[in-house]
Amino acid sequence: MKEELIVSGRMNPMIDPNLNIWHWQIPLYLFLGGMAAGILCIAALYYIRGREKDYYTAVRITPFLAPILLVLGLLALFIDLRHKLYFWQLYTNIKLQSPMSWGAWTLMVITPVSFIWCALHIRDIFPEWDWKYKWLKDLEAFFNRFKKTLAWVMLIYGLILGIYTGILLSAFNARPLWNTSILGPLFLASGLSAGAAATLIMSKDKAERKQFAKIDLVIIGIELFLIIHMFMGYLASTQVQIEAAEMFLGGQYTVSFWVFVVILGLLMPALLEILELQKLHIPGLISPLLVIFGSLMLRFIIVYAGQVSRYLY
Amino acid sequence: MRYAMAVDTKKCVGCSDCVVACQTENNVPMGFCRDWVVEVMDGTYPQLEMEIRSERCNHCVNSPCVRCCPTGASHFAEGGIVLVKETECIGCGACIASCPYDARYPHPDGYVDKCTFCIHRIKKGMKPACVEVCPTKCMYFGDLDDANSDVSIVLKKRKYKVLIPEAGTDPQLYFLI
Repeated sequence: MKEELIVSGRMNPMIDPNLNIWHWQIPLYLFLGGMAAGILCIAALYYIRGREKDYYTAVRITPFLAPILLVLGLLALFIDLRHKLYFWQLYTNIKLQSPMSWGAWTLMVITPVSFIWCALHIRDIFPEWDWKYKWLKDLEAFFNRFKKTLAWVMLIYGLILGIYTGILLSAFNARPLWNTSILGPLFLASGLSAGAAATLIMSKDKAERKQFAKIDLVIIGIELFLIIHMFMGYLASTQVQIEAAEMFLGGQYTVSFWVFVVILGLLMPALLEILELQKLHIPGLISPLLVIFGSLMLRFIIVYAGQVSRYLY
Repeated sequence: MRYAMAVDTKKCVGCSDCVVACQTENNVPMGFCRDWVVEVMDGTYPQLEMEIRSERCNHCVNSPCVRCCPTGASHFAEGGIVLVKETECIGCGACIASCPYDARYPHPDGYVDKCTFCIHRIKKGMKPACVEVCPTKCMYFGDLDDANSDVSIVLKKRKYKVLIPEAGTDPQLYFLI
């Protein structure tokens, strides 16, 4: 038996008995950022491949969600900061080793790009839109000329945004649960599936809905594959990572993870989409909403569970 | 120059004088601390073994906190001391999450605070407050590059360990065993 006692001094509600530094703001932001990344990547990819006409909603309508999600996410991040008035210090240097620095600069690029993308398609929402000032019209013409470049920027920075939300956590080797590089691709996949689900909700076109149901199915498959590999990695690793995995395999996060993320967020929507593709009549909103819910729960559970997992010495 | 500290677990009685001395010296806000005492009980009665450690920031050579800090507020000062620059810290919490020793805390004023090895005292040629005040004289502080410093001498004579070497941080707080 080994018992560890902290006899004095450590009366620190923010640290003991386990780390308690990040609350709802961070997982909410990771979800919003991931979903925005998914939406923008899909839009840019289909635009670059010249499929704008086939996937009209995904390229031109769903991206209107992205700036809203990004701004809400940035707001959550800002609320999380404890030294708020110094936030601009993020933009006084570039620290290549810090994922958070990468993220701050990525957001600096992708947020204006998402606004520009929406501005270029504003007439799809408000047909009578007029920019009123000549310089705004000139600006629109300018960006329209370089729309393909803009799409490439959107695709690349979207991918970085989607991956960094996971890498942000995996850079913390002090928290064994987070310290796995699979979190990068897993959060990217989860963001892409939430992005595809957004189009599935917005689109009224049959062919487009069918395509996005298929995309969601493929990404759900990839996510399940990554989750299995993540646990294989933990269980074959050091004691602290085995203990981290055990939080999900019988421990305190077992029910919430397997029920909310895996069953409700991945298996159920996959099943419903397969049935829908088999021409069964299923209310179209259910499976995309479940995908988005699962994507949100994944962030919350990983962020909270990671703060419980630790080295014991 | 490489500042380090050694704590003699055979001499420490866990009185917490070091904690109070630090809180007083550094004006640590109520309810927080930069150093703390851990008591480990190992074994089954009557074969028990106890270890008492006075712990603080390990001023690691490969510091995850300095690596993860997005603004550069967490940095290395002279002798490898890890410090936080208050006016560059945005209070994001990345360094707190990255520290395997949980040595940092968010100061109520917004920035992140931690042990400084009492750099303001070292510069004047004094020892850190915790070392100075220890009634059993169980702590040794000094420059590892200087073979005649207190810490170099005691590390040559005694067996020692560091905490969580597997975290790969190369900590500079040594525990004499």
